[in-house]
Amino acid sequence: MPGMGTQMVVFLGEILPEVLLAGGAIGVVFAALFTPRRLQPWMAALAAVVLAGAGFFAGLGIADPPGLTFFDTLAADGLGRWATLLLVIVTLLVVALSVEWFRSDARHGEYYAVLLFGTLGPVLLAGAADLMELVVAMMLSSVTASTLAAFHRRSRSASEAGIKYFLLGALATGTMVYGVALLFGLGGTTTFADLGPALVNADPLALVVGFGLVMIGLTFKLGALPVHPWVPDVAEGAPAPVAAFLMVVGKIGALVFLARFALLFPDTALGWRPLVALLAAATMTIGNLAALWQDDVRRLLGWSSVSQVGYGLLAVVAVGRSTLAIPSLLMFLAAYALGTVAVFGVVVELRGLTDRESYRGLAGPHPWLLGALLVGFLSFVGIPPLAGFAAKLLLMGAVIDAGYAWLAVLTVVNSAVSLVYYFRVLAPAYLGATSAPRPLLGHLAGAAVAISTAGVVLIGIFAQPLLQAWGAVLLFSG
Amino acid sequence: MLSIAVFVPLAAAAALLAFPRDRPRLVRWTAVGVSFVPLAIVAAAWARFEGGNGFELVESLPWIPSIGVTYQVGLDGVSLPLVGLTAFLFTVSVVFPADLRDRARQYYAAFLFLEGVSLGLFLALDLILFFVFFDLSLVGMYFLIAIWGHGDAHRSALKFFLYTLVGSLALLLGILGIYLNSGEPRTFDMIEIIRTQPLPVSGIVPALIFGAIAFGFAVKTPLVPFHTWLPPAHVDAPAPASAILAGVLLKMGTYGFVRILLQMMPATFDRFAFPIGVIAVVSIIYGALVAMAQTNLKRLVAYTSVNHMGYVILGVAVAATVDGTAAARSIALTGATVEMVAHGLITGALFLLTGSVLARGQTYDIDQYGGLAARAPALTGATMLAAFASLGLPGLAGFVAEFQIFAGALGVYPWLAATGLLGLVITAALFLRMLQRVFLGPLPEKWDGWTDLGRWELAALVPALAMVVIIGVAPAWLVNVIESASRVMTGG
Repeated sequence: MPGMGTQMVVFLGEILPEVLLAGGAIGVVFAALFTPRRLQPWMAALAAVVLAGAGFFAGLGIADPPGLTFFDTLAADGLGRWATLLLVIVTLLVVALSVEWFRSDARHGEYYAVLLFGTLGPVLLAGAADLMELVVAMMLSSVTASTLAAFHRRSRSASEAGIKYFLLGALATGTMVYGVALLFGLGGTTTFADLGPALVNADPLALVVGFGLVMIGLTFKLGALPVHPWVPDVAEGAPAPVAAFLMVVGKIGALVFLARFALLFPDTALGWRPLVALLAAATMTIGNLAALWQDDVRRLLGWSSVSQVGYGLLAVVAVGRSTLAIPSLLMFLAAYALGTVAVFGVVVELRGLTDRESYRGLAGPHPWLLGALLVGFLSFVGIPPLAGFAAKLLLMGAVIDAGYAWLAVLTVVNSAVSLVYYFRVLAPAYLGATSAPRPLLGHLAGAAVAISTAGVVLIGIFAQPLLQAWGAVLLFSG
Repeated sequence: MLSIAVFVPLAAAAALLAFPRDRPRLVRWTAVGVSFVPLAIVAAAWARFEGGNGFELVESLPWIPSIGVTYQVGLDGVSLPLVGLTAFLFTVSVVFPADLRDRARQYYAAFLFLEGVSLGLFLALDLILFFVFFDLSLVGMYFLIAIWGHGDAHRSALKFFLYTLVGSLALLLGILGIYLNSGEPRTFDMIEIIRTQPLPVSGIVPALIFGAIAFGFAVKTPLVPFHTWLPPAHVDAPAPASAILAGVLLKMGTYGFVRILLQMMPATFDRFAFPIGVIAVVSIIYGALVAMAQTNLKRLVAYTSVNHMGYVILGVAVAATVDGTAAARSIALTGATVEMVAHGLITGALFLLTGSVLARGQTYDIDQYGGLAARAPALTGATMLAAFASLGLPGLAGFVAEFQIFAGALGVYPWLAATGLLGLVITAALFLRMLQRVFLGPLPEKWDGWTDLGRWELAALVPALAMVVIIGVAPAWLVNVIESASRVMTGG
């Protein structure tokens, strides 16, 4: 073994974002412990510095050749790095949304520690190239997420959201572990680098069962069918900045992992593609139909986020078959993440306002805020030139390219249906008699809304640099 | 130069929102002034237009080269008249007085925004750019109907948005189909696709692509049975928005039939030309019959739009038939394009006039009116002129168009053409009956104080109707430009 020490240094360099996030989280815990209460909000600044550092190092390695690191359990590739970068940006925006929201919370400082751990989970998930690493990442992500969801201990709906998340998570993750065991039994290893070749000659039926069991755990993180019921409850009950966070980060980690994981499996007759396609179809349709009659804006956003991940799964259906798959995956994640932070940010800025009727006439007193909501919603529908349009264009192109044109048709139908419920919020806001202004949360949250909304617009119009980078993104799958 | 016509209104729309709230006159005059910019640019483009084989005044910039998207605008003999119509009709509609409901800035901003995207659509020479403008036109029109409409405006606006969004998404699928079959490297560049004709000529793939795009444009045009969004949208929209909806937005559908289906997949269009011709004739007859049955003045005009769009599509279907003689196909396509312009001017004027009637009478119910000619000679004269033009009286714009369409169609689909001619008869009857019931006969007492058209109404209507007469009497300047393109497209 040529120099264990050198090797350690090399891979420490490759996992600096992960190390920073873990170290930063622990640092925030201790700092919060010894900081007087009035200075607790400064933990947000500390967390922001950690996140910026993690983002910087993720960006630094973004064009490195793909490979494995950390004892072959993590993929160091462009896709993982881009996912990390996106996760860090989302968390930074969520930090901005949180400072004023949690100002009076006694445990304000610790919140940022949990938030950093909550970011590390999906970061590891996005990079996981080993089944055990998958389990660890899922656990880390789930435990922190239910803590965050129930952070307002005295709120009934927050506790309900936290418990529902925890129970469903336990069930789904448990099922996933069966799948992991089955695949380990079939392949004799948990590392993707060895698992892929080992699975070539495995029994196809057993493979689909193994894939399906792991998929159930992932659908929990994705908020996709069948383990989606937590999504509307968390959207409604969790603290609004946390809701924005949980709607986004799990999806980024799980979708990227799923793309990497699916490529391990041989593309045989009874493959995984039809399974993912069916789940995508069911998820986008059920999410949309359930959103149609919601009168609670946060629940509506929850269901809309279910339907959105259905679109995102199209990228996985096409992965390995269309060159558009990876760009479409990243474009979807960027559009969805920024759009979700923008619209939840509007809710945060309106101090959690969630009754559809109370949005009536708000476009008069709050034109910029409602403008952000309009841009976010139109992007979700897929109206050009917003980021959501670029995402849908690429996703539909990718699935048609991969021979799943019917999914593109279903996407079209669902996009049209989704217009109805988005406009059930927008129409009263814009067309109703002008109402009195609402108290707003603060400038920092407003800035987060402005930045994410600008992102939704600019990514759509200036997609070229991103697509150029993503067109060259390689994915290490073993 | 052409890009200026697109982006000046868009920039002005954003700027208007920043104007002071209490200066509606300043906002109005700024909007009117801005709307003259595209008009001037079209005039200059018309002067420089040569009428050669390809696109002219092309401006091209790489936009998203990674997936073959280009910012590209330019003109040919089909788009130039439509761009001219758009610039002209927007100026007319902005001048026309409207009930602003204390939201002058937003109203004129929405109008200029819609003008920019409409011009962009007819100028776009990249499929994604085309689609961007296609979808944005829905957003602009949604707010115009929903905020400044009347009656059940929210519902009508949403119905309009929803139906045409379904259509536009089907169009997007078709565009993706073209893209994925556009060779290596794949491209959305319309000039390139028209030049290389990369799509397969036979089989299921081009049929599916054709079906998706034709469906999308059929909703927008609209053709029966996809027209159900149109009557409520028109009836509840404010008059200037109705004029734009009928005059400009419907043309996006018919223009798409020509630019994308006819030019990019002529062989497939040939396969489906007859069924589309049948649907066009059904629209002609059905639109005319339903218009005949209306007692609501604006609904009546709305259904005549369905009827007229049927003429346009019949002309395009004839042009797509490879069996037909080149001369017949070329004349049908020229007629169809003239009809787009003529219908835009005539129906635009008719919708503005229904707005004048509504502003004075507060109802569209034809039975409430009668004898208005005695009180309002200008209103009567303008409506009569527009109605006669719409029913195809020789010497007016509609006749030039319909004569050419049917002259071409009779040579290719004699039975379809003969059936379609019935539509002309019904339209004549329904307009004459409408004129008689609204303007002639005894004047109900309650309209004793009826006032004639005001100066701003006249300022908008006189130029529009003058164009109708000019095209009717001396159409050569328009027909020659269109022919330069229709000859190329039909190989004539």
